[in-house]
Order: sequence, then C-alpha cells, then structure tokens
Amino acid sequence: MKSKKKIARFYRSFLKVAIHRFLLVKTIILSILCFLLIYDVHATNVNKRTLPNGFVVLHSETHNLPIIMVTLLIKVSPLNEPLEKAGLANLTAELLTEGTKNRTSGAISEELEFIGASLDVTVFSDYTAISLSVLKKDVHKGFELFSDILLNSVFPKDEIERKKELIKGILKHREEDPAFLAERAFKKEIFGDHPYGRPIEGSIDTLGSIKRDDLIKFYSSYFLPNNSILSIAGDLTEEELNSLIERYLKNWEKVDLPPFNINRVGNDNKIRKTMQIDKELTQANIILGHLGVSRDNPDYYAISVMNYILGGGGLSSRLMKKIRDEEGLTYDVSSTFISNKEKGFFQVEVQTKNETANSVISEILNQINNIRQNLVSEEELSEAKSYLTGSFIRRLDTNREIADFFAFVEFHNLGLDYVDKYLTYINSVTREDILRVAQKYLDPENYILVVVADKKKASIKY
Amino acid sequence: MKKRRIFFVFIFLLLHTVVYSSEVKEFILENGLKIIIIEEHKAPVATFQVWYRTGSRDEPIGKSGLSHLLEHMMFKGTQKYGPSEFSKIIQKNGGIDNAYTTKDHTVYFELLPSDRILLPVELETDRMQNLIIDNRETLLERDVVMEERRLRYEDDPQNSLFEEVVAVSFKAHPYQRPVIGWMSDLKSIGRDDLYNYYKSHYSPDNAFIIVDGDVRTDEIIEKIKNYFGRVSPSGIKKKNTNFSEPEQKCERRVILKREAELPYILIAYHTPNFPHDDSFALDVLSLILAGGKSSRLYKSIVYEKQIALDIDAEYDGLNIDPFLFFVDATAAPGKEINDVEKTIFSEIENIKKIPPSEQEVQKAKNQIESSFIMEQDSIYMEAMKYGIFEMLGDWRLINRYLEGIRNVTPEDIKRVANRYLREDNRTVGILIPIKKVRSEY
Repeated sequence: MKSKKKIARFYRSFLKVAIHRFLLVKTIILSILCFLLIYDVHATNVNKRTLPNGFVVLHSETHNLPIIMVTLLIKVSPLNEPLEKAGLANLTAELLTEGTKNRTSGAISEELEFIGASLDVTVFSDYTAISLSVLKKDVHKGFELFSDILLNSVFPKDEIERKKELIKGILKHREEDPAFLAERAFKKEIFGDHPYGRPIEGSIDTLGSIKRDDLIKFYSSYFLPNNSILSIAGDLTEEELNSLIERYLKNWEKVDLPPFNINRVGNDNKIRKTMQIDKELTQANIILGHLGVSRDNPDYYAISVMNYILGGGGLSSRLMKKIRDEEGLTYDVSSTFISNKEKGFFQVEVQTKNETANSVISEILNQINNIRQNLVSEEELSEAKSYLTGSFIRRLDTNREIADFFAFVEFHNLGLDYVDKYLTYINSVTREDILRVAQKYLDPENYILVVVADKKKASIKY
Repeated sequence: MKKRRIFFVFIFLLLHTVVYSSEVKEFILENGLKIIIIEEHKAPVATFQVWYRTGSRDEPIGKSGLSHLLEHMMFKGTQKYGPSEFSKIIQKNGGIDNAYTTKDHTVYFELLPSDRILLPVELETDRMQNLIIDNRETLLERDVVMEERRLRYEDDPQNSLFEEVVAVSFKAHPYQRPVIGWMSDLKSIGRDDLYNYYKSHYSPDNAFIIVDGDVRTDEIIEKIKNYFGRVSPSGIKKKNTNFSEPEQKCERRVILKREAELPYILIAYHTPNFPHDDSFALDVLSLILAGGKSSRLYKSIVYEKQIALDIDAEYDGLNIDPFLFFVDATAAPGKEINDVEKTIFSEIENIKKIPPSEQEVQKAKNQIESSFIMEQDSIYMEAMKYGIFEMLGDWRLINRYLEGIRNVTPEDIKRVANRYLREDNRTVGILIPIKKVRSEY
C-alpha cells in the first residue's frame, strides 16, 4: 500500500501484489538517466532554441497518442540553500501547487484532477523538475495551471504550516524503512555538511527555521526563465507550442541570478568507518561505499562499463551471480555510481538475514578486490558493451521518458548528438581501462559501512 | 511434417477515442495456445510476453509460494540453456527480461529492440517444456525467495499488516494466501513439488502470448508456429477451478503490535470482481473517496483535520474471483488512529446517504479515461492491459470496462457504497507501533 505513483492507476493494486523475480528499476529520473540511455531514431528529432529571456526550449514532436508530457527543469536544488535552512528548496517546490494569486490549493487540485492531468514538482540533488502530463484536448487548461504555479505562487501562511507538519510526519514515517535509515547515515558520513549529505526534505529542526520570507525570496531568486530548461514531448506542433509559450509564459521575465557559492564536498581525506543501527529486523540492510565521481568526469563511461560488470548489470553482474545465484544469500545486491554535478558516490547495497551479514560483506570486498587486481574477461566486456549500447534504442520508449531525457542532457551539456557520442565512448572502453578505473575509483580499504540490523544477531566484524 | 492449422481473427479497434492501437490480431494454434499481436510502430521496441494461467490461487494447501518459486526456477536452466543463460542472451541483445507472479497468473516477458524480437520465441518455447529444476538450485533459490520475503514483508510493518488483513478476510478461498508464500510453507517446498506443478500447469493450452510493438505480424507468427506449435498440450483440465468464499457475517479485526514509527489502518471489504455490474461503480467510488488531493477522504483527513499523512482507497477487482476493496491511512505523528478510523467511516456513511455530485463522478471518469490513454504510451503497459483482460476471459473486455465506467451514475455510487461498504462485510487491521529502546550507532 506504499507506492502511490499515479501514472499507472489501472495497475496499482495489480502491481502491488505481483511479486517480481527481480527488483525493477527504481523509478527516479536520476537513477535511470545516470546510467546511459539514448534514443537512436527519435533523438535526432528534437528541436532546441533559446528565447530572448534565456529560456531554453526543447521540443520532440510525436503524434501517435493525444498526450503531452512537459518537463521543466529548474537549476535550483539544496545546493542553493543554507545548511541551517535545509529543506528550503523542497518546501518551496512543495508549496508551488498550494496557492497562487488566482487559485487556492483546493482549486488547483480540483481543476487538475478534473481533466485527469498531473502536475508534480520534485526536487533532486542538482535541480528541480516540474512535470505536467496532460491530454491534448486539455493542453490549454494544463498550461494555464502550469504557468500559474510557476509565475504566481503566493505561499499562504496556513499552507506553509500545513506542509511543514506533513513533511515532518513523512520524515518520521520513513524511519520505519531500514533502507532509508541506512542511506541517510551513509550520505551524512561521506558528504558531511555538503547538501548531498542530507535528505532533500531537510530535518524536523531545520524545517522549523524556514520562514515565509525565505520561501518567497528563494522562489523569486531561482524560478526564472534564464535558469530553466523546458522539454516537451508529445502531440504538439511547433506552431502550437509557440502559441502556448506566447500565451502562458510571456510574462516570465529574466532576472540576474544570485551568485553561486560552490559547496565543498567534505571528507575528501580517506576514512574507514562502520556504523550500526540496531532495529528489530530479520535482515541486515547494508551499504558499503565511498565518494565517487562527478557527471563530467571523463572516466564516467569506463566506470559505467566497469560497474555493470561488478554490480550494475542486474542478474548478470558478478555480485549478483556470486551472492544470489551461488550462495542464495540475498534477493537483491547491486553496486551503483551516482554521479551528481559536484561530486558523486559509489555504493553497494544489499539485504541479507542478520546471521549472514558478515559473509556477504566479505564477499563484496572480495569482488571489489578482484576487479581491481585482474582484467575482466573479453566476454564480460563485450556483454557489458552490447547491453549498454544495445539498450539505447529500447530505453526511451515513452513521451515522458523522452521529455525527461532531453532536459537532463541539456542540463549536463551533453549535447543533442549525445546519442552518437555515447555509443563511441562505450565502444572505446578496453579491459585495461576497466582495470585502471577500478583501481582509481574503488577503495576496498577506506570505505564507509552502514549496517541497519538486529545488532546482536548480525554481530558485525568489520 | 504435419501441417498446422491456425485460426485467426482480425480485429480493428475503433473504440471511440480511447484505445489507440491500430489493430490487434488474434491467433489460436492447434495445441490451444492463443497469440495476441498488437502492431505498434511508434518506436523501434517490442515486448514478448508469455502468460500462464496459474498463480497462488492454484497452489495445493501447505505449499503457498509454489507458483512464485517456480517462476524463479524458470531462469535456472534447461538441457539446452544453462542457468541464467536465458537472461544473458537477452541482455547481450540490449534487452531486459523479468517475470512476475500474482494470485491468478504468472507472466514472463522480454523487452527488446524490435529487430531482435524473434529471439525470445525459441527460448520461451524451450523453457515451457524442458525445465530441469535441479535439486541444489532449488534449495538455493528457495533461500533467495526467503530473503525476498524478509525484505518485502517480515521487515515492513505496513506490508505485514496487509498480509494479515487479507488472510483474515478469507476463510476458505485461496486468495487468503500471500503470493510469496508463508515462511513455514516455503520451507516445505521441494524439487518434486515444483516439477509436478510445472508439468501440470505449464503447457500451451494453459497459456497465451502477447506481442506488442514494432513487429511484423506475419514474420513473428510464423516463428511462433514453428516453435510453440510443436509443444504438446497437457490436456489436463485444471482441478479446483471453482472456489468460493462464504459471505462475511461480522466485522473482523486484526491488531498488529510491533516496532514501527506510526500507527496505520487498513480496511478491507469483500466486493465482486470485474465484469460484475457493480465493479464499475466501485472503481469510480474509490476515486471519489481518495483519488487525489481533491478527493473526499484526502480533503477531510489529510488536509483539513491533519490526522493522517496519506490516505488511499482502491478497488482490486481485476481478478478471476471476487477480492477486496481497500481503504488505508497512516496516522500523523501524535494523532490517534481511532480518529482516523472514525473519520473514514463517517465519510463513507455520508456517501451512503447522499449520492456524490455529477461533477465528482465526472472527475473520476476523466481520471480513469486519461490514465487509460496515458498508459498506452508504454508498450509494456499496453501489453499488460491486454493480458489482464485476456486472463479474465477475453481481451475485448477492455471495451466493456470503458463502457461500464462511462455509464456509472451518482445513484450507482450510493447504491454500491450501501451494498458493500458495510460493517459486517469488513476486516479492519490496525498497526500499533511499539518502540523498543535500542542503541544507535
């Protein structure tokens, strides 16, 4: 009863009881897009232009279904908020749909839901995304609401209080989830006071310190056309799009952005630390990892291939083969390099019954050592490459994915010819490159280990 | 070689403006295997899906979780393709494969660049009939499934309550059992249980295939004929196909006390399944109650009273047999779960007395129709939709579903609320957190 994603209403109950053989990709834009993906045929189909107010518009026209998917990526995130007001970016985003000059919170949801549309605002580590999904026949209504929350939000006092209480409650509820506890502790340790080191929502304390003025200032400083990328995919011609922008976003004015203070990523000096959180659980939830690379690191592609072989390749990865297939010790084990704008991290995540936690940790370290000491086989390399390149065509098969993808490509300046470049980058990776990046970016000595478990039963030796 | 006859039907869907696939083609092979092909050329991708008409509903007593464990074993190899080789071949070709099990059925699917879509035909045919089910592999995979059970249920307080409420809601029907199986049952499942179940339930006459995407029907059907066409039907008529559940006569309550952060309530009412005449109104009712921030329960409990963090209502009606209508909510910190419960019941009483407005009903209908269209953006979701309706009898029931939804009136909502959302027809589950003092870090 937990996942409340609206997209697949029809199957919600159905999917909840459907037990999959293997965990499906976590549906966060970032986690999917970090990896790879491109579109072969349709990618070339995108138009880009920059309006006089600095607003970048990307348009991908498809006419197979009467739907329109809009992604507005705004370059604002916890990177722009002060530590003592952690959660400011998220609270601002959450309140956009809670009252404008023209509509109350109730009116916004009533009008949206009446046309079966959705308008979600989500904050990620590096940016904020406003996603509108609307039927073609209701596109004017959809854009009217979209522009209203974007341009005219008023942050009513009672809505602020209501939202703060709700977020505090959600933060408390999340503590029930051992995976959340592990992730929170892990990020805090590797990133310290850097915004990447805390939950997007902030904490109960910092939320209390956010005032209405903070929200208004944050909103007017960053929610600007010259700080945003609009990406649209769906049943809309260029002419129609132009008239929508003219009609609903004409009054969005360019304003100079406040200076950006780069946050120093803490703890660059290597450390080795184990943290344990004791809970009444049957399984130990384990995260082992350390700092990683930023998205613009030239080794990003070699790392992608290396990580696919180590633990990113689902059931084909070494970690999965060893720990799940050969030993039956887990349902899911994976390794990931999350690459943010400023810095990323590497982590292996796994759950196993308390009693086998030590052997699983030992095997993870074995596998990390192994890939740092020996060349991967030709076969492993070619399988990884063919998956990473071959899956391009398959990954972006919906308008929603296309809209999100181009916004992401633009945000990271990957270029609209990223399709071709990506294939070249992946195909040029050699076994020696993999050994090199494994030695450079994996560290089996200095790592952070977080174990959320029944401490006595797990009796961690690391 | 014997020539194989094929029956086929062409159907062109012209369903108002809601179903957009241009055409659906249906074939039935001599061995009873049905194939449904939806050609959709919007992107160079395709999905191949084999649906077996068997799920936890069909398991013998004491062996809950058998269908799901077998689903895992389907990746453990045949004489021709060793363990995990299936997935390896698919991934090497840029695809992914996965499978899932529900109460009623088990589905195996691949998503591939469309120029490789013929690839799974041979592989799926092979594992329909030649699975090994090695004893050692079985024991290992059983451990994997036990870890999966710990992850999804044992260590998740709300999901644990869900399991308890469903088990208590049914006295007789196999829907009382969780798809993943009880831990105690899982321990008793052996290699032979799996093999016998496999041999009696996996056959062309107990399955159907769905292909959706950028494919050429003539090409793929030829290949399917050549492979699947050679598999013999099992001829076994499934036993125990009719289950019924005695009418519930009184409210049942489950109180679960365990380590958790916040109280949680889950209410389940027995309801008929699709395409019962009342199923459409029940679907609309679930949205009027909790379909978004403008719904009745959200406005009252989460927004105005602020006593819960979330609220959901859902009618789970796309099953072979009647199942349940759920309402659930997590209490806000410091709030009483009893107040949440009272407010839910008082909102339900309101709708039993006064029918909802035309506007509310229309809004719910629009939400259903819009999500119906948007889901077609993904060929995987689209294929799944056809599969679900086919499993319930015929994929053409999609039309019936949409038509049924369009015909719902405010009076229907009031009527079904009175008929099903009754005290003596419900099971109420409450999670009460117990905080244990433990050391941190």
